[in-house]
Amino acid sequence: MFYRENGQFKTSYSADQQIFPITQDRLGVLILIALAFVAVPFWADEYVFRAILIPFLILSLAALGVNVLVGYCGQISLGSGAFMAVGAYAAYNWFVRVEGMPLIACLLLGGGFATLVGIFFGIPSLRVKGLYLAVATLAAQFFCDWAFLRVKWFTNDSASGTVSVSDLQVLGLPIQTPLQKYLFCLSFLVVFGVLTKNLVRSAIGREWMAIRDMDVAASVIGIRPMYAKLSAFAVSSFIVGVAGGLWGFVHLGSWEPAAFSVDRSFQLLFMVILGGMGSVMGSFFGAGFIVVLPIAINQVLPWAGDLVGIAVSTAALTHAEQMIFGALIVWFLIVEPHGLAKLWSVGKQKLRLWPFPH
Amino acid sequence: MKLRSLAMTVALATGAVWTSAAVAQAKEQFFPVLPYRTGAYAPNGVPWANGYADYLKLINARDGGINGVKITFEECDTAYATDRGVECYERLKGKAQGSVFQPLSTGITFALTEKAPGDKNPLITGGYGRSESSDGGIFKWNFPLMGTYWSGADIIMQHLTKKENGNLKGKKIALVYHDSPYGKEPIPLLQERSKMQGFDLTLLPVTAPGVEQKATWLQIRQNRPDYVLLWGWGVMNSAALKEAVATGYPREKMYGVWWSAAEPDVKDVGEAAKGYSGLVATGEGGKVIDDIKKLVHDKKLGTGPLEEVGSTLYNRGLVSAAMAVEGVRRAQDRFGKGKVMNGDQIRWGLENLALDDKALTKLGLSTVMKPISTSCVDHEGSRTARIHTWDGKKWVYSSDWIEADSSIIKPLVKQYAEKYATEKKITRRTAEDCQS
Repeated sequence: MFYRENGQFKTSYSADQQIFPITQDRLGVLILIALAFVAVPFWADEYVFRAILIPFLILSLAALGVNVLVGYCGQISLGSGAFMAVGAYAAYNWFVRVEGMPLIACLLLGGGFATLVGIFFGIPSLRVKGLYLAVATLAAQFFCDWAFLRVKWFTNDSASGTVSVSDLQVLGLPIQTPLQKYLFCLSFLVVFGVLTKNLVRSAIGREWMAIRDMDVAASVIGIRPMYAKLSAFAVSSFIVGVAGGLWGFVHLGSWEPAAFSVDRSFQLLFMVILGGMGSVMGSFFGAGFIVVLPIAINQVLPWAGDLVGIAVSTAALTHAEQMIFGALIVWFLIVEPHGLAKLWSVGKQKLRLWPFPH
Repeated sequence: MKLRSLAMTVALATGAVWTSAAVAQAKEQFFPVLPYRTGAYAPNGVPWANGYADYLKLINARDGGINGVKITFEECDTAYATDRGVECYERLKGKAQGSVFQPLSTGITFALTEKAPGDKNPLITGGYGRSESSDGGIFKWNFPLMGTYWSGADIIMQHLTKKENGNLKGKKIALVYHDSPYGKEPIPLLQERSKMQGFDLTLLPVTAPGVEQKATWLQIRQNRPDYVLLWGWGVMNSAALKEAVATGYPREKMYGVWWSAAEPDVKDVGEAAKGYSGLVATGEGGKVIDDIKKLVHDKKLGTGPLEEVGSTLYNRGLVSAAMAVEGVRRAQDRFGKGKVMNGDQIRWGLENLALDDKALTKLGLSTVMKPISTSCVDHEGSRTARIHTWDGKKWVYSSDWIEADSSIIKPLVKQYAEKYATEKKITRRTAEDCQS
């Protein structure tokens, strides 16, 4: 009843080619963005900003990038952590070595370097597929870990290999308080989200999906696998690189290569698998699941323990958190192997028929 | 009707809890604790955390708090992960009007160093963290009390110099380190010393968590260094000792930092680790340990097992908690006895610690730590440690207290702190700022 496209006639090509062709979707996204920009700042306190929302936004962005590669183009990658690291360290080098370099330019240049590295490590994808490719991209992870730990130049000769940035600002506006950081990350996410949404329904997005679904058939109908695969690697690592820059600059402020370890690559891949492969929305669900859920469990358990009169010890709490989290992952994969985004689209389908399902 | 009454009850109950919490908060000093009782480093993190918690309990049980202000504390497990540590910091920070944090991880320390100044929360990093942060003129909120890694490395080198009759020229020394900010910290000082004394320094990184060290020890077997310095943590230490046994490298020539020379590190290796030495900055036994046994553990309030009380890392945690408590007590001297202190006030307290032998005896701490006195410019306080050696069953002291050589460390601290200040565009604190 509320969600039905009946009666929405498109009378021009541009109306037909909108990113969100259904009015309710369009309004929904606009309201969501407006809420995120206007209402959330009133509601959230510093803890929510710094510990939950900012990591959530940045990792959503990274998951979005990984989704382009894994979900849309079907190339499994375990090098995402490395591309984040390249983005962060390249942005850092631009930031400290070039006097007066604007922040946004640094982050985008970091993304640019991540693109180059991503294309380079994407070359094996022309020959190997599936799990073998995952192993090949793991090389990127180990190479970057090694490079940022060993090559002193990358870390500006810091004694401990840790780099830090400060005094962030955009056009004279400081990025200092949690709110400013939140809005900064949110703006990045909105821009990249809309761009990706647009990209995946364009010619190139369709090429990626064709390659994903069956690469032989795709090349028979005239899609160049090299171009499609490498462009997916390029776009994906650009987004992931920018997310890496944000993670270092905005969230941590001071970081070491361990912040982008192989664990991060796995985490991003799980976000995509759990959230929904080949879905922009799924990236957000996946990031929410992986970032917010463990913290939520960790906070709810002692409270729940108090209710029944059990004091949960610190160690037990962490163990319980991991067990519950693991069980939830398995449960979600069983009930909905296509990810949380599928639940979302099922919900939309149901709404379309409601209140008269047949 | 039923629903409404239920809602009313819940609302009332919440209100009651809320107000009682608010009233209680007025006379309680909150200590956030960031331990790790899980993960790869838990075997070493747990005794530290237990010592920390037990001392806070002791202060409540024995003294009734700090000048009457009861201590409350809450733990948030970081599992030694930086991003979780940041989350925990943010979570616990909101529970009080500012307090003192001790993350027990160099990685988390680096991240919190960026956040603490904005929140006005002092950071005690007793025996770890950034070495250059002992310069209080630049690092206003960092307190690497009782020794940094540079002090630690310097003390080991002094001991080795003495052992070699004052001459290390041409000797080969290898540093086997945890490949993280923690393990890399001592490198600048060792390089400085190698230039001065003419020994040959080899750096051998071990990837975290350090279970796999075959390649590293192969290199040691080929190079046959005269001494091996071990900068490991958690499972890496016992793995290193086992590899040393396997490659036949004499344990007598291995020296660990204070985080690599405690009971959990040698327990599994047992007899084979005999002869291995390491730094220790704390002492053992004495009044405070007896008090904890009597007033905390005998009353079934103890945090960990009784046999752990008084072990090396337990004492380290205990002393770390004592530093935080004494910081608050010192702050109360100035800002009002029996009041709850905020972060800024505790910072002043930590900056003006003056605990001589007499004061420590009064607190029962004289056996577990050396006197410490801090100032606005010196946030380290004391830089002494001893060497102890594993005899197959227990640690025995094998040297006197050695003080780190400030003539080497001071210029290095200044140089690195200045570099940090330029990068961060911080200006050195003025004399007035020191009074605040």
